[in-house]
Amino acid sequence: MGEITLGQYYPTNSILHRLDPRVKFLGTLVYIVALFLVRGPVGYAVCAAALISMIVLSKVPFRYVLKSLKPVVLIMAVTMLFNLLLTPGEVLWRFWIFKITEEGIRMAAKMGIRLVFLVSGSSIMTLTTTPNALTDAMERLFGFLKIIHVPVHEIAMMMSIALRFIPILTEETDKIKKAQIARGADFETGGFVKRMRAMIPLLVPLFVSAFRRANDLAMAMEARCYHGGAGRTQMKPLRYRKADYIAWAVVAAFLAVCICLSVTGW
Amino acid sequence: MPIIRAEKLGFNYVQYNDENEAPETIKAIRDIDLSIEKGSFVAILGHNGSGKSTLAKQMNALLMPTSGTMWVDGIDTAGEDELWKVRQKAGMVFQNPDNQIIGTVVDEDVAFGPENLGMPTDDIWTRVDDALSKVGMLGFRDRSPNRLSGGQKQRVAIAGVVAMHPECIVLDEPTAMLDPNGRREVLEVARELNRKEGVTVILITHYMEEVIYADHVYVMDLGKIVMEGTPREVFSRVDELKALKLTVPQVTELAYELKKAGVKIPDGIITPEELVEALCAIR
Repeated sequence: MGEITLGQYYPTNSILHRLDPRVKFLGTLVYIVALFLVRGPVGYAVCAAALISMIVLSKVPFRYVLKSLKPVVLIMAVTMLFNLLLTPGEVLWRFWIFKITEEGIRMAAKMGIRLVFLVSGSSIMTLTTTPNALTDAMERLFGFLKIIHVPVHEIAMMMSIALRFIPILTEETDKIKKAQIARGADFETGGFVKRMRAMIPLLVPLFVSAFRRANDLAMAMEARCYHGGAGRTQMKPLRYRKADYIAWAVVAAFLAVCICLSVTGW
Repeated sequence: MPIIRAEKLGFNYVQYNDENEAPETIKAIRDIDLSIEKGSFVAILGHNGSGKSTLAKQMNALLMPTSGTMWVDGIDTAGEDELWKVRQKAGMVFQNPDNQIIGTVVDEDVAFGPENLGMPTDDIWTRVDDALSKVGMLGFRDRSPNRLSGGQKQRVAIAGVVAMHPECIVLDEPTAMLDPNGRREVLEVARELNRKEGVTVILITHYMEEVIYADHVYVMDLGKIVMEGTPREVFSRVDELKALKLTVPQVTELAYELKKAGVKIPDGIITPEELVEALCAIR
């Protein structure tokens, strides 16, 4: 079964790929906030321009960004439909109990644009950042939560270990599945309940093995002197470089423009 | 001074039955005395359940003795405050290569130990480069561990231990899950570290072929050391080894049978070359 691609990281060498993950993470958050701040056509144009320039800078082929929209098409369609039908206002067209209003069309269009921008914007982040770099960024960004005793380091460590074991456990699931099929297990036929029940002989060994692995790993970590985040250093600590400061300035400028546009309503 | 010394070492654990009652105490190891010199290559042999893994975990303070004492480089492993020092001095490599690699990239995994020791970033880089080149994996530093072969993964695991600059490395059945090529790779690296770097290597295994290069061999059964000596001394006791469910190397067994049949050759032949020489010397 080989390596499964985690998240959707697209390995290439671009300015966005080299950027500090913290900038990318917070930048994406700012972008999402901005999407909901702007109201007028100028605002949307600014957001569109920002998105397109990021896609160009990332050197990720456009179809990869489009592909990331696929899983959310249904949610988008439903959201747009509800907005279209349920927004009160000047009725343009009536059909049985449904009515379409001018405001409804406007709202649905806005919602659709927002969602497309939101999903493509965040997929630019995941396309240019490895899951591990993201984990690192979150550990650093949420480090302040340690003051209120949130185990930030431990959560980050758990996330990165989970990322490391996903391909291993996927491979193991495949192996167990084949072993059970060889013993006559049937995963393919029957109704929903029967198929769910057929999963039991797959899940039980998988869980047992996962616990055994967890136990082994914990011992291996202890043997290598792991004792939590205190006093731990890093081989590849996150450090801001010149490009990152420039990126911060760009993000700040973008936010400022969007706030102005939001206030004026353009 | 010996790097590892045990005196009357014992370890019991309590086993619960299905109803979670009637605990039964099992003596995993008992009354073990051993002394391992700095810079030596020592093998501990035994079949499954002989207590060899339990003994290995004592050397790294992953388990504490329930009776007797274990010293690593003069430090009593039962002392809580020196725990991390003991684990830094005696590194450990486990059986399953997948379950001991923590990093998602090879060099980050090797860095895990030094990071835990709180080394400065620059030192970590030198140590990682150094450790990876010692096990011959420097060219794989940017790879994902999932894409390596079993032997390569074990070499990365060894590098992870080497990067902590240990006095001794305990290898707990490092080759049990590997193919013959992987086994050879791992053993070569272990011997190299012993000869070139002077690191004490303690190899725990049930493959007799792997111990012929050891300076000293301990054989365990039912939690006790039942035989010890050089590989030659141990291998000359074929019948006793067979009684312990250990299979001697093919060539040793052949020499033993020949000798029993009346051919005049010396005891404890462990390599094919030796047998050839001995047989040619008869005439």
